[in-house]
Amino acid sequence: METPKISRRGLLGASPVVAVSAKAASAQTPEAAAPALPDAPVRRRVVLKVNGESRELDLDTRTTLLDALREHLHLAGTKKGCDQGQCGACTVHLDGERVLSCLTLAAQAEGREVVTIEGLARGGKLHPMQQAFIDNDAFQCGYCTPGQIMSAVACVQEGHARTDHEIREYMSGNLCRCAAYPNIVAAINQAKSQMGRA
Amino acid sequence: MRPFTYERPKAIAEAVSMARSEGAGHVNAPVQYLGGGTTLLDLMKLDVMQPTRLVDISRLDDRLLRGVSRNREGLRIGALSSMAELADNGMLARDYPVLQQSLWLAASQQLRNMARVGGNVLQRTRCPYFRDTSYSECNKRIPGSGCAAMDGVNRLHAVLGVSDKCIAAYPGDWAQGLAALDAVVEVLGPGGARSVPFGELHRPPGETPHIETSLQPGELITGFVVPGEPWPRSLYRKVRDRESYAFANASAAVALRMRGDVAEDIRIGLGGVATTPWRARTAEGMLRGKPLTEAAIRAAAEAEFAQARPREHNRFKVALGPATITRALLEAKAMEV
Repeated sequence: METPKISRRGLLGASPVVAVSAKAASAQTPEAAAPALPDAPVRRRVVLKVNGESRELDLDTRTTLLDALREHLHLAGTKKGCDQGQCGACTVHLDGERVLSCLTLAAQAEGREVVTIEGLARGGKLHPMQQAFIDNDAFQCGYCTPGQIMSAVACVQEGHARTDHEIREYMSGNLCRCAAYPNIVAAINQAKSQMGRA
Repeated sequence: MRPFTYERPKAIAEAVSMARSEGAGHVNAPVQYLGGGTTLLDLMKLDVMQPTRLVDISRLDDRLLRGVSRNREGLRIGALSSMAELADNGMLARDYPVLQQSLWLAASQQLRNMARVGGNVLQRTRCPYFRDTSYSECNKRIPGSGCAAMDGVNRLHAVLGVSDKCIAAYPGDWAQGLAALDAVVEVLGPGGARSVPFGELHRPPGETPHIETSLQPGELITGFVVPGEPWPRSLYRKVRDRESYAFANASAAVALRMRGDVAEDIRIGLGGVATTPWRARTAEGMLRGKPLTEAAIRAAAEAEFAQARPREHNRFKVALGPATITRALLEAKAMEV
């Protein structure tokens, strides 16, 4: 048996599993009158089109788009923060709109265009928003950054980046615990002119 | 999350037939409709909701479920409109600002892109004792088990419409405007179509906080009708702990029809302070047909909260609620429309 390599990704990946089994155990109380369950996990073949490429996956129906991207397609750029729709770290584009991949089932994304942080650069050249985050020092630890950038690109495309106030309002679903917020606003202001529409 | 089967019917009739199930109230039914999923999948991950079958209606391309239209009866909104789509609707912003603002001030843009306005009115409480299954006491989650919030950390809980069994606050924003404007909820279910006055959709907790609405298992909200003329003199004021992306500590959805200084018609919906989307009928009754002065508004708003039953940490809402009503009505009165 291989010695498991301990990595940051591995540790982060492990913690939600622990949390889930603790919850499952606590819900086995007799009072929790659960409806009849399917006997076993239900599987479904799902074709996901991610960053222009179609991939067919055999998934448990419970698999979120976030887990499909990270664990099945090995696109680990999209981050798992809270995994309950509160932090914005998992933001991706679905048919051009920004959504939370942690609260989207992979099955719901079937046949729709998914774009992740890995799909923004073109021919080795960073997207103007990615470059703007670097130029403006718009991150410290970087964990929220892929979600911030995906949200920021959509924010500009929606036409919701006209003023600093509007940027702050429309970026409020992406939390940054390093508090790089002023620099994120500056980055979006820089990128919006280069993106051609604001 | 527990295992479930996932279905994606092509037509609305097929969806409704798939969702047929038994049970007391729709929230505990083993089959659930999946729209945006922002409440449902969250609560399934937390093991608070345990459906065995999800019927994904989000792609149904049925005229009944889509778009905004107006006719002689009033305004109709399809239930599968996203919150973001309606928050960006210029006609709503002009003619029904209270509705547009309630959407824009809710959640984040990602969540507004996902969430549909039909499902949004069914958003379930953020009470932490309801959401965390490690608490054994929650009458909403496990009928008869007690209420950990009653003597727990209850700063964000309700003061209006509470019972001895439950003080969980209704968390949404959009529902307050619909309640204020006397919207009608169009429902389709195994027994056919029916209409429900918005004020009868949500049930006060009473003895049965686990039955949250008057919807039966398998019933689907298809749209809302706001009857009558537009309400250009209307707005939504939301007071929260941070400036954006937070639930209301108190909110007021208000709409006025003025003749001079007199409020010929007045509507007040309250959020953040009550167990259901709350229609402030006591305050409305004191103000309708009277000159709308600050003193009169304040007295009416305080009278509305005379029935408040605060707990240890949420007493501030008994003052914040009337202040929010007062501010909202004075601002609505001053609107240039």
